[in-house]
Amino acid sequence: MLLASLVEPSFGLIFWMTLSFLAVLFILRKFAWKPILNGLKERETSIADALNEAKKMREDMVRMAAGNEAIMRQAREDRELLLKEARDIRDKEISEAKVRAKAEGDAILTRARADIQNEKNAAITEMKNQVASLSILVAERILKDKLETGAAQHTLVDKVMAEADLRKS
Amino acid sequence: MMSLKALLRLASLLIGTLLMGSAYAQDEGHDHGEIAHDHAEEAPATVADAHTIAHAEQGGGKFNAGKLIMDHIGDEHGWHLWGHTTLPLPVILFDTQRGLQVFSSSRFEHGHATYEGYALNESEVVAVNAAGNVDEAATANIWDISITKNVLSLFISLAILLVIFISVAKAYTRRAGQAPTGMQNLLEPIILFVRDDVAKSAIGEHKYQKYMPYLLTAFFFIFLNNLMGLVPFFPGGANLTGNIAVTLVLALITFVIVTINGNKNYWGHILAMPGVPKWVLLILTPVEILGMFLKPFVLMIRLFANITAGHIIALSFFSLIFVFGETSAGAGYGVSVMSLAFTVFMTMLELLVAFIQAYVFTFLSAMYIGAALEEHHEHKESII
Repeated sequence: MLLASLVEPSFGLIFWMTLSFLAVLFILRKFAWKPILNGLKERETSIADALNEAKKMREDMVRMAAGNEAIMRQAREDRELLLKEARDIRDKEISEAKVRAKAEGDAILTRARADIQNEKNAAITEMKNQVASLSILVAERILKDKLETGAAQHTLVDKVMAEADLRKS
Repeated sequence: MMSLKALLRLASLLIGTLLMGSAYAQDEGHDHGEIAHDHAEEAPATVADAHTIAHAEQGGGKFNAGKLIMDHIGDEHGWHLWGHTTLPLPVILFDTQRGLQVFSSSRFEHGHATYEGYALNESEVVAVNAAGNVDEAATANIWDISITKNVLSLFISLAILLVIFISVAKAYTRRAGQAPTGMQNLLEPIILFVRDDVAKSAIGEHKYQKYMPYLLTAFFFIFLNNLMGLVPFFPGGANLTGNIAVTLVLALITFVIVTINGNKNYWGHILAMPGVPKWVLLILTPVEILGMFLKPFVLMIRLFANITAGHIIALSFFSLIFVFGETSAGAGYGVSVMSLAFTVFMTMLELLVAFIQAYVFTFLSAMYIGAALEEHHEHKESII
């Protein structure tokens, strides 16, 4: 019975197969399949997490880049503003200084002019005095010369007297 | 116990009847077997592979391909390694009359000697009387749980599974979250394949986890033994997944899992298919109940037949060499070239079959489990 032996399940093999297969099934379930399947699942979740995190970080980076851009722009604007202010201040200072310098110069000039005027007046007065004293001196000389003789002196007195009569009348 | 044995006989008879088509060939093979057996007594040899084919030929007997093939795909006490060297294996008998008997298979001297009232008859342990004739009544009392070639092969394959997967599991805990390396790298795609394409797709995202250990163990057990069956020498060469006892146990486990986990919906569909007129149920319910048993039965037959067929074909090509070699040595050498080419081709095919059958068994098991757990009231075609 060759074929019969082929399709007839032998008791011994069924016995050992059931016993050992189930034993191995339970051992593998506890010591192999559980850690393997858990490991696979953990790795899958960790990879998924890492990918999500990377995505989030990339988005953050984009956001941060946009933020940086804004900050840079702001900084540039600030710098422009500062420079402008500085320029304005400088210009203002320069113009103020100019005004002040001009005023100072003007004051100095005015003072100088006044001084000059005073000096000139003083000089004129001086000159006048000197001219007066010179005139007096000249007149004195002339008079001295003219009234040296007695006749001359009489003439004069007469003349003055005449005039004084005229005025009294 | 006797009733259990009777049941076993009945089951084998059933299987035999189902394979009626080949029953004729069986009888022929049976006759040849008898002849070969007679010859074997003159030239002792437990024919198992090409070495011994040559040996049997030198022994003067006429080469019997049927006997050679059947011996190879069957089981034996002791593992023929090469030439005259056979690895003796322990014979363990539970005799309801005489108690537990343990002795080495070498005591039988390849079926020529009797030992303490036991003898080998066509690789089966029988009780013999003092005259040396088979004692049928005493034989019925023997429960043979010997470590045969197939049992040893089973142990070896299970040991390999344990070593490989426990070490791989260690790699997963030691290198948690890191990229796989070595053996882990080799097996991970297959584990993921079983998880994603078998369990998840057939059982569903939420319930598959509970059944993963069985599906993975069954898959790798079948796959490994299919591959080991292709290796022609020790520790391969046994036809384990092509043995009906092994596939029977595997199918039975699937059947038990399906039956235990079947929900209300599953039983409702079997006992009273919803939406069907009452009188149709008279026909449908027996068919559904039959289908319940037929599914694991087909699982058993499919794996057994596929693997056994592969072994038979490969061995047939080898046998051709010796069949032709008997007419003339030249023809034998000539045919050997062809045979070798064909065997290489067949082995390639068998490598594919080894994976496909492991996949098919696991996938169908998962489908049946999935069907037993299904909650929806969709009417799906039952898959056998």
